[in-house]
Amino acid sequence: MLWETVRLAIQAIFRNALRSFLTVLGIVIGVAAVIAMVTVGQGSTEQVTADVEKLGANVLMVLPGQDPMEGGPVGTADPMFTVRDNDMLENQLASVGLSAPISQSRARVVFGNENRRTDVVGTDNRYFEAARWTLARGRFFDPAEVQSGKPVCVLGETVRRDLFGYADPVGETVRIRALSCEIVGLLQSKGASTFGADQDDFVIMPIKTFHRRIAGNSDVSTLFVSVREDASTERAKEEIEILMREIRRIGRGEEDDFSVMDMKQLATMLSGITDILTGLLSAVAAVSLVVGGIGIMNIMLVSVTERTREIGIRLAIGAQARQVLLQFLVEAIILSLIGGLIGIALGLGLAILGTNWLSIPFTPDPGIVLLAFGFSALVGIVFGFFPARRAARLDPIEALRHE
Amino acid sequence: MADAPLIELAGISRVYGEGEIAVRALDNIDLTVEAGDFIAIMGPSGSGKSTAMNVIGCLDSPTSGHYRFNGIEVAGLSQDQRALLRRHYLGFVFQGYNLLPRTSALHNVELPLIYKGLGRAERRAAAADALRKVGLEDRAHHDPSALSGGQQQRVAIARALVGNPQVILADEPTGNLDTKTSVEIMEVLEGLNENEGLTIVMVTHETDMAQYARRLIWMVDGRIERDERKRKAA
Ligand SMILES: Nc1ncnc2c1ncn2[C@@H]1O[C@H](COP(=O)(O)OP(=O)(O)O)[C@@H](O)[C@H]1O
Ligand SMILES: [Mg+2]
Repeated sequence: MLWETVRLAIQAIFRNALRSFLTVLGIVIGVAAVIAMVTVGQGSTEQVTADVEKLGANVLMVLPGQDPMEGGPVGTADPMFTVRDNDMLENQLASVGLSAPISQSRARVVFGNENRRTDVVGTDNRYFEAARWTLARGRFFDPAEVQSGKPVCVLGETVRRDLFGYADPVGETVRIRALSCEIVGLLQSKGASTFGADQDDFVIMPIKTFHRRIAGNSDVSTLFVSVREDASTERAKEEIEILMREIRRIGRGEEDDFSVMDMKQLATMLSGITDILTGLLSAVAAVSLVVGGIGIMNIMLVSVTERTREIGIRLAIGAQARQVLLQFLVEAIILSLIGGLIGIALGLGLAILGTNWLSIPFTPDPGIVLLAFGFSALVGIVFGFFPARRAARLDPIEALRHE
Repeated sequence: MADAPLIELAGISRVYGEGEIAVRALDNIDLTVEAGDFIAIMGPSGSGKSTAMNVIGCLDSPTSGHYRFNGIEVAGLSQDQRALLRRHYLGFVFQGYNLLPRTSALHNVELPLIYKGLGRAERRAAAADALRKVGLEDRAHHDPSALSGGQQQRVAIARALVGNPQVILADEPTGNLDTKTSVEIMEVLEGLNENEGLTIVMVTHETDMAQYARRLIWMVDGRIERDERKRKAA
């Protein structure tokens, strides 16, 4: 009997295919929106996590000025670090594995007729290790080059592509301001970060070379710290803060004039933002599901009125009220399930496009797909019940007389 | 209960409305119908014929009186129980055919069997058989809109008889049809009565059609005025 009812309902739905489709449009849009948003949101969360892993989750950055995330002013007035600060950090703190001094500046890199404005970074091999850069070609710096500040550099993939096309740059010489610099290595591309920044757009040289030939001072703007595997980031942070306060002679009760940024926290915060956004947009989408349900109720009510005589016939030939109720209820449920299925397909399609466009992973969650399916069934039950009950309560004689 | 008449109305009244505006559509009716009979109810418009049919068909409940169907007191039954009586023992034929639109003749005839819980193949066979009995086997897959009035009414008769009812209730079955087609319909009903032993209660206002019945009841103002058993016309 139930199967018969289902068959009957499907027949009734397809007898009026266009109207049925318009009826479920609200559900289709609602479900598609929820699925697309959640899937894209999850993809970007996953991307953030992957980025952090690529960078190394146990990385800290020490910057001059108060923590910009705590609302303090970005302190250009605050003193920079020195290479000596960096080495003290690395040598004196048990929880610090590596610490690389970083200085950087925007400059034009020229090769033949080609040129590109990019980040010119002064550091040493510790940075490559801490930030997990690997070589595509050539080599990193040798200790003598770092020691004496030789004019050598390692290119990021973006700079290579711009200046050399797909040719091998190793052994060539580029000009950066007044400096002629020999290329000794090419880095393996990391691609764009989640937030769209091109991570391969830079040129790296020994920090001594940078200080002498590019910057003209010996400031270090960032300490790039890699925490030892057996130590916690929190512990390392504390140690660094204590030591830096000492080095920078910050008195009791005075605020830090530097900040230690935890990449993991940064990532969590950023993926938290995506989560909130996803949640908000999904709530909007859920509202449209309810609107879709009301649409179904509306059409089912019209349908009950239109089919009053049919209901009368069914009652006359022996249908019981609950069978009529079931018929209309099943019809509403199947209608919204069809809408749900179309919505799921559409939503996954949109999610594929969206994740592709943002170049983040497409990781559909079966849970959310099931939830959307269940929710559309629920919409059918809730909004189909009232019209179905109205149909079941019809008086057979009145219904048969209905024009 | 074996000897109980098929249909037994005793002191049945059906009153619409209350007080001043109350209409006594049926006024203290007594009527007994034996199994296998063919009854025609005649009478002027508004005399209560349809109301009587609705009561007999368990679609309506009398205001007072007793109605026993096969000895069962119908007045005490719930809506659902009356639906079961209709499902298993009664078949309806209406003046306006009342077929489901955009649904083939075969599917229309199958409909009562769905509620009887029969399987698809069984239903198909029974529906095809019923259509054959009314001479419409070659129209099984036509929609009502592709059938003439007489053909539609024959589909309706097939639908009424497909569930093997004890009674077919036909309220002005030829009311929308021309004389020639009406005669065809009456011959179908007559055949069912004679060959299948089906009890038929029919309302008509055409004397010619009433001739096909074995017994003629004349109603006026909700009462039975005349009740005569007649010799059948050739
Ligand atoms: N639902 C109803 N409400 C009020 N009065 C009704 C209703 N149905 C029938 N009647 C009245 O009952 C009387 C009998 O009607 P009906 O049985 O339809 O007559 P017939 O079929 O003989 O023409 C008429 O006066 C009619 O107006
Ligand atoms: Mg009438």
